[in-house]
Amino acid sequence: MKTFDLAVSTVREFNQALHDEKNIVTEKEWAATNPKGMHNIAVGLDADIAVDIHGHAGYFCAGMNKTAAVTIHGNAGQGVAENMMSGVVRVKGDASQAAGATAHGGLLVIEGNAGARCGISMKGVDIVVKGSIGHMSCFMGQSGSLVVCGDAGEALGDSLYEVHIYVKGTVKSLGADCIEKEMREEHIAELTGLLEKAGFDEDPSAFKRYGSARQLYTFKVDNASAY
Amino acid sequence: MCGIVGLYLKNDKYQNSLGELFEPMLIAMTDRGPDSAGFAIYGDEVAEGWVKLTVRHVEEDFDWATLADQMSSVLNCKVDWMQNANVAVLKVNSDEASARACLLELCPEALVLSAGASIEILKEVGLPENIASKFNLSGMKGTHIIGHTRMATESAVTMEGSHPFSTGSDLCLVHNGSLSNHNRLRDKLKREGITFVTENDSEVAAGYLTWRLNQGETLKEALEHALKDLDGFFTFTIGTKDGFAVMRDPIACKPAVMAETEDYVAMASEYQALTTLPGIENAKVWEPEPATFYIWERK
Repeated sequence: MKTFDLAVSTVREFNQALHDEKNIVTEKEWAATNPKGMHNIAVGLDADIAVDIHGHAGYFCAGMNKTAAVTIHGNAGQGVAENMMSGVVRVKGDASQAAGATAHGGLLVIEGNAGARCGISMKGVDIVVKGSIGHMSCFMGQSGSLVVCGDAGEALGDSLYEVHIYVKGTVKSLGADCIEKEMREEHIAELTGLLEKAGFDEDPSAFKRYGSARQLYTFKVDNASAY
Repeated sequence: MCGIVGLYLKNDKYQNSLGELFEPMLIAMTDRGPDSAGFAIYGDEVAEGWVKLTVRHVEEDFDWATLADQMSSVLNCKVDWMQNANVAVLKVNSDEASARACLLELCPEALVLSAGASIEILKEVGLPENIASKFNLSGMKGTHIIGHTRMATESAVTMEGSHPFSTGSDLCLVHNGSLSNHNRLRDKLKREGITFVTENDSEVAAGYLTWRLNQGETLKEALEHALKDLDGFFTFTIGTKDGFAVMRDPIACKPAVMAETEDYVAMASEYQALTTLPGIENAKVWEPEPATFYIWERK
């Protein structure tokens, strides 16, 4: 285990050391102490390594992550795991707004609550939130799954494409073109798998599924004469 | 972009070190606002029948003693004064309107930054660390303090355009964001008798709250109305003589984080500004909700 004390080293030095693991992994386990809300910690990783951040992280922590497993033992600021490609990012506390924004793949687990716009424009990531999420979450979500064990704020899934959304608690309101859908066997199976991967002991049958009504983004034959 | 910070003490444990605790909070937000900074500190309250004016003069060596003597003889009352760089705190044993009128008569070029029983506003163009050191922030005592580091968007980089803004007795406001209906609202408030010294959108928000409070509304009622009447992006931190409030707009794209222990409540644009507070490791830390305000007031 290699540990960087961010009260002594800079975030840039820490990130560079992690980036240097890209081709040949020399050390599997990394840790950072005293993050003190600093931005851009463990951004752009591309190696099969595990990184533990002990404390609260600032903006964009673990952004663009590929392959690595990043755990934040505290809260995360805006845009945690934004544009993640693969790997696992786990936030032990709360995440601020735009968690997992535009992320293409991998798994983002938030053990506390997530703020507004969680999973905005997500493109294939799986996001599992133990607590609740804020307003405008999954706006224009294209692909992947969003699981919420608590409640969802206003305008969930506005202008949604094909993300599978599962919410156990209440949904304050659904956004344009987002509707509640039937929970079929394949959805229970998918949700069971996601909850297991996240390590959350929840009953999948207690969740409701939401998805796109496909009225906004698909071509309608009624409009053919307009083209 | 701008950074805002606030620290409200729930008891007297840290009152003697309020400035010392607050200085690193303000400086931590330099990245968000390097062009100007300011703060409003509440403490050293004057007795009933007195008013405290924080007054700025462009000359560093302005003769405040003579001005205070002249005010004393014109108003026929006691005037105490204390200089801090090019600003002085004048404590006048009179009412606010008379004190302001007298000051305007004797020294029209002086600018009143704040008026009230407790508030003192100090602000300048420049790096937050320079402004903190210019006014010896770390040595200041009080009950609560709010501050701002500015990256100007809506109006010019001037001392007048920097925050906090005060448009009423013991009231001030710092703002991160931009209001979209401030011009029309300013006109309306001017007709209601509120005066403005800048074209700044944040000053309109301060003026709006002054107007509501002047009508006898509580801070809670004024903020409820503000959520309906102010359009745009905002995270506000508001100070009154006995209170401290934080409010975010419904979109909530301007950041805010709060921390509370049994001794204090703190807010900042970013968590980085809270890391030097005592006991922050075990504080309750959370992000304030959209379209919601939080108020703490001394009973």
